[in-house]
Amino acid sequence: MSGKRSFWQRAAAAPHMVWSVLFIIAPLIFVLYYSFTDSQGNFTLDNIKSIFNQKYVVIFVNSVTLAVIATLICLVIAYPLAYIFSRMRERWQKVAILLTILPLWMNFLITTYSWMTLLEDTGVINTILKKIGLNPIHMINTPGAVVVGMVFCFLPYMILPIYSVMAGLDVQLIEAAADLGCNSFKILTKVIMPMSVSGVVSGITMVFVPSISTFFISQKLGGGTFQLIGDTIEGYFTGTAINYNVGASLSLILMILILISMAIMNRYTDTEDTKGRPML
Amino acid sequence: MKILSRIYLILIFAFLYAPIAVMLLISFNAGESTTQFMGFSLRWYRELFRDSATLDALRNTVILSVSAAVISTVIGTMAAVGIDRMRTRWLRRSVMIVTNVPMMNPDIVTGISLMLLFVFAGRLMGLSKYLGFTTLLIAHITFNLPYVILSVLPKLKQMNKHIPEAAQDLGCTPLQSFFRVELPCIAPGIITGFIMAFTLSFDDFVISNFTSGTSFETLTIHIYSMIKKSVKPDIYALSTLIFATVLIMLFIYNFLEARSERIERMKANADIKMESNIRKLMRRRRDKSDAQKQGTR
Repeated sequence: MSGKRSFWQRAAAAPHMVWSVLFIIAPLIFVLYYSFTDSQGNFTLDNIKSIFNQKYVVIFVNSVTLAVIATLICLVIAYPLAYIFSRMRERWQKVAILLTILPLWMNFLITTYSWMTLLEDTGVINTILKKIGLNPIHMINTPGAVVVGMVFCFLPYMILPIYSVMAGLDVQLIEAAADLGCNSFKILTKVIMPMSVSGVVSGITMVFVPSISTFFISQKLGGGTFQLIGDTIEGYFTGTAINYNVGASLSLILMILILISMAIMNRYTDTEDTKGRPML
Repeated sequence: MKILSRIYLILIFAFLYAPIAVMLLISFNAGESTTQFMGFSLRWYRELFRDSATLDALRNTVILSVSAAVISTVIGTMAAVGIDRMRTRWLRRSVMIVTNVPMMNPDIVTGISLMLLFVFAGRLMGLSKYLGFTTLLIAHITFNLPYVILSVLPKLKQMNKHIPEAAQDLGCTPLQSFFRVELPCIAPGIITGFIMAFTLSFDDFVISNFTSGTSFETLTIHIYSMIKKSVKPDIYALSTLIFATVLIMLFIYNFLEARSERIERMKANADIKMESNIRKLMRRRRDKSDAQKQGTR
């Protein structure tokens, strides 16, 4: 009976497996298909070749640069914050995490639009600066504004995994290190930092991937002064100059780029650690 | 140090809540502008309830995200059970890798890859309008599934495998033991998965942008098309209402959780009390029998 039972229970995964083949694997094959064909469906390498012309290279370099900057800023902000969270009393930790998750529930279209209101030349921040008697700063339609938008949208995804690793750290380890003569700086670099690597790695991937592929934030806060890879892909699929083939090859290159950077990241954490995955 | 960390906390939370504060304030604006506050009024809330396009989009979004969440929770829970029982190593690994793909891929790639599939299938079937509710639903179920599976799987792993065996030894059929014994054990994971699926669906813009046609507009798509033209404060009013709903739900959730924790603690205390009572009783009985023994001597 147990054999029959386990057969039916294993078969429970069948609908999901069929679904995955139809709607995960097949669509990716279509990306490949469209990348290597022209609009008539004939095989060609022109799409891939065209990506290496200067226009697209600049777009890729811009996207990578902004995404790396946004990810680093998130890391620098989130690491001490997660540490502070993990040292709070338990009741306050819950409140802090709740307050971190709450902005994620607001749609990013709306919050990005609110950032426009904040950063405009006559916006909230400049009005406040003027009232204090400082010179207004030009912020909107600059790369800096795009980075601010990205950091705002993705910062919680950096805080949560680092926090969940730090909250799980054994306090006795830190006490032991102190007993063995470590000062607080050494405790940080020799105990806490090495043990929080898995959280940092999953935080970095969770921020880097959406930042490199974003397309709305850059349109609104960058004011169309420069294009990112996401904007370009979106333009080829829903804009006025529709070209599925070039769009598909751009996405293919984007996917490969992300796979390479993840492979590099994973070299630093050899174990499959799911501890850092935040449960929202 | 304490003061420094407190200042730091305040600064970061100010950053995270600045746009939300702007949204709250402008939603009560008396003027048309989304940048200048002209005085308090409820005008935009009134207009919101008269704006049929926005209300339609809200209704569409609720229909879509509830159906996507229900279907993906059912398929995902079944999948988690199946994966948990899978003994073939390579099969299990490859299923997990494929499951993770929509989580690892950027949303824009998931969106366009599904769009290409739908376009191709639509042309093959000779349809003129192939993007609509069905394609949106398929897309949403696809990106919800990994989150459901990953919240149910750990609960299955934690569960004591002897409990369903015991249930079957006591005469349950396998199906009965699954529904009566295992399902209640993994229910918290299923509920978490459902809530995550619902919120992801409700909030999704990027994937919907590529897989929805003109016939079925969700809220985020509606907002996007409005932002392309010009934004009136009524969108802020709607967002404020959504924000308030989320806030209330979170409070209720935390309150219920705190209460169940308190009940657990009371139960634990009661257990300790009961144990000590039983101990006392046993001691008294022993004393009594000792006394009787001595009496008989």
